[in-house]
Amino acid sequence: MTASNAAESIVQGTDEKNPAGTESGGSQYLTFVLSGETYGVDILRVQEIKGWTPVTRIPNTPDYMQGVLNLRGTIVPIVDMRMRFNLERIEYTPITVIIVLSIKSESGDRVIGLVVDSVSDVINVESENIKPTPDFGDGLNTEFINGLATGGERMVMLLDVDKLLSVDEIQVLSDASEETEQNADKPDD
Amino acid sequence: MSIDVSQFLETFYEESFEGLDTMESELLGLDVGAADSETINTIFRAAHSIKGGSGTFGLNAVADYTHLMETLLDEMRDGRRQVTEEAVNILLSSVDVLREMLTALRANSELEVDRISEAQQQLEALLGTAGADSAAEVESGQNNKDSAERGWRISFKPHLRLFKTGNDPARIFRELQALGDLTVQMDASDLPEYSYLDPEESYLQWELELKGDIKREALDDVFAWVEDDCVINITPLEPEESEQGSAEEADKTEVAAVAVKTVERRVGERRQENRRKGDRRGSANNESTSIRVGINKVDAVINLVGELVITQSMLSTLGKDFNMKKINKLLEGLDQLELNTRELQEQVMRMRMMPISFAFQRFPRLVHDLSQKMGKKIELKMSGEQTELDKTVIEKIGDPLVHLVRNSLDHGIESPQQRKEAGKPETGILSLHAYHQGGNIVIEVADDGAGLNAEKILAKAIQQGIVQEDVQLEEEQIYELIMLPGFSTAEKVSDVSGRGVGMDVVVRNIQSLGGSLEVTSEAGKGSKFIIRLPLTLAILDGQTVAVGDEDYIVPLISIIESIQVTGDMFHTVAGKGETFRLRDEHLPIIRLHEIFGGNPNTTELTEGLLVVVEGEGRKVGLFVDDLKGQQQVVIKSLEANYKKVDGISGATILGDGSVALILDIPGLIRLSNQHATDDKFKKIA
Amino acid sequence: MAKILAVDDSTSMRQMVTFTLKGAGYEVVEAADGVEALDKAKAQKFDLVLSDVNMPKMDGITLIRELRTLPAFKFTPILMLTTESTGEKKQEGKAAGATGWIVKPFNPEQLLATINKVLG
Repeated sequence: MTASNAAESIVQGTDEKNPAGTESGGSQYLTFVLSGETYGVDILRVQEIKGWTPVTRIPNTPDYMQGVLNLRGTIVPIVDMRMRFNLERIEYTPITVIIVLSIKSESGDRVIGLVVDSVSDVINVESENIKPTPDFGDGLNTEFINGLATGGERMVMLLDVDKLLSVDEIQVLSDASEETEQNADKPDD
Repeated sequence: MSIDVSQFLETFYEESFEGLDTMESELLGLDVGAADSETINTIFRAAHSIKGGSGTFGLNAVADYTHLMETLLDEMRDGRRQVTEEAVNILLSSVDVLREMLTALRANSELEVDRISEAQQQLEALLGTAGADSAAEVESGQNNKDSAERGWRISFKPHLRLFKTGNDPARIFRELQALGDLTVQMDASDLPEYSYLDPEESYLQWELELKGDIKREALDDVFAWVEDDCVINITPLEPEESEQGSAEEADKTEVAAVAVKTVERRVGERRQENRRKGDRRGSANNESTSIRVGINKVDAVINLVGELVITQSMLSTLGKDFNMKKINKLLEGLDQLELNTRELQEQVMRMRMMPISFAFQRFPRLVHDLSQKMGKKIELKMSGEQTELDKTVIEKIGDPLVHLVRNSLDHGIESPQQRKEAGKPETGILSLHAYHQGGNIVIEVADDGAGLNAEKILAKAIQQGIVQEDVQLEEEQIYELIMLPGFSTAEKVSDVSGRGVGMDVVVRNIQSLGGSLEVTSEAGKGSKFIIRLPLTLAILDGQTVAVGDEDYIVPLISIIESIQVTGDMFHTVAGKGETFRLRDEHLPIIRLHEIFGGNPNTTELTEGLLVVVEGEGRKVGLFVDDLKGQQQVVIKSLEANYKKVDGISGATILGDGSVALILDIPGLIRLSNQHATDDKFKKIA
Repeated sequence: MAKILAVDDSTSMRQMVTFTLKGAGYEVVEAADGVEALDKAKAQKFDLVLSDVNMPKMDGITLIRELRTLPAFKFTPILMLTTESTGEKKQEGKAAGATGWIVKPFNPEQLLATINKVLG
């Protein structure tokens, strides 16, 4: 599969550039692109990257819940990240990928898939380079963002993946900024 | 050196609980007055094992308690004590107390000291030996006052048969040598002439001198195994006797000591290693519950896997050099593969199967206790206890069964007086019967009591607003009313049943297992509750239905029939939505696409199909585009990675690798009612 | 390496005995009742037999009596595992041909000491 090969080569590429990678005290993030913006997820949470395949729709669930997929015998829910972030929907293409992640919830570890435009890179982020999320105003849900990483000219929004499935039940926008501040104190996880 | 015995505790608890179950069921089967000695022996053995184990594993409270039970049972076994109702009841409550003690110890929680000592006093009172039971334990302490500072003279003359008990004078000398300085003098005077000599017999005798500050008790220990097989005379050494130690002998002792030390070290190392292993095992145990599988079941699976491997290698050979001439061979191979797979699946499922007796075993006690409490005479008859079904189903069917049994005891079977007046035997019969039928297991709970009172039920249902006053119902339909939510006929809330949990909960529990409940009853003759359950929760027989390009699985057990409707069969009832007529019933229609969305091929009722399904006693017509095949599907959880979705009980993976959702019929009916209400509100707004 | 036949209907006791003896370098074969033990005894030779008394199918006393009729077990040490309350059992066992007994409850060290003593 091309997408996973691409991701592998990205990981390897990064390792060559930064052989000391994981030992330098920061964490590695897999970055992906959504509508031109770059987001990052903790690489330790990433199980695999696969190309888009049709899913089975689950009735009466939010729009961003695309449906479920059979991943070697496990039923895995698939979340469309554009729709999760209220971004404009686009047609799925051959380079549309699903990032399969393990997330933590009260009832144990779960596996979910995120549909993103494309996977781009693996970056190493030093903890001191992570800044708290600024208030973007009404436009963007900042509940899922753990902080901002600035590496050179780029800005990467680091996702709090554990909240992707849970937050929609409790939409408390007013508390969002307060929570972000708390989360900024523990950027490593 | 000490070995940590706690690693065997879990096994001990497990077998003790099993032993207690055995004791309980055997006690309940005991005929007071004419007890079968083999039964008492079985009970005795169970108590004895628990006592032995608890002592060994340091659970002294349990050991003390079982000691009393064992004494009582021993007396019964020997015929020294009558098997009385009182004794059986005390033993039964002792089983409860022990169960509580073991549960508490296993969970590391506090023992209920008061309750235990009260139960212990009861046992002691029955035995009439309060406080005196320790006599046996002190017995060995009588003789050991003697101790000789300088040592002992021992004359030792074994019986001829000594060797035949596996004993050996050499071993005894070795032990003595370990205690002090030993000198041995052999006396061969009894040795017969060579022609009469039997090499298997012991003819020699010895005079021994053992020097050192040695307790008499230690000597008795050495000779304990042979004291009845020989003449032993032990006297203290006189002070004036000279001391002469053999240097050679002392050396030997030293060598022996070194050897022992090596062994000790080796044991120590192994123990540590094993303890580490044990730790890992222990933590794994806490996470997942275990299942005991008979070796024959495992062997069957291994055999089938062997066959599967053969088929696979046959197919792979065929594939390497395939041409169309070999197509028949390929088809044959695929048939074989299908057969192997199906058999393997069945066998693997069988590994999860347990006999229903695990769910039945609590009933003898329950019936015994409750009938005493209610002053009723009840005989419990059980059959088909060996019928097997899934472990999970067994665990979950327990409560519904208890409810049904309590119900029959409380409301079904009449008092002895009433029964006599009705011309029936005083003793009522409650029967539990299990059997396989098709892919299901059927459990019947029947009593020969008064039967359900249709008039009373109907009146109650009307009073509670469950049915309309002018409704015309068949008797069977009336009986089904008791399964509806909110229905209760119990005039008074009794201790036994009717504690606020209605029959509807029983029905719901059974349905959540994919089963169904049916009632039959005959006035004056009794009633029967029939539970039908799937053999396993892991697999269900499903009907695939299509809505647009989406497939759903409907559990076959909920389907009554599928029909194509004609225009005159349905009409719209104001405020109640669409209904259709099926023989003399009017059933609501649920359009699956309206509840679940999707793009159906048709919205015309006459162009699609109505699948008549039943859930929680309600029938509806499920409108879908078309029916596809029927197949067994493996149930996968949606909740594992997502959450419970209303109207969906799970998912499965189809032959092409895609996922299909399995419908939860009762949930779907609830969802549809909600939908209808929402629609009404929308219209009003 | 000496080989021991350990007979007890209680799994936890068997586990404990086996663990203790194996740890000391003995080879151990387990049996859950007298019948199983007798079958195993007929198939292989043992240097020592350790048997519980109260067991289903065939009790320890009968087992000892049966074992003593086998030529290979004529002189083999056979120890009973018995509780103090069954004192009379000791005599019964001795009469059946038992070498000696170990009194329950016992701890692994006591067990090992006795076995080491017998097997010298």
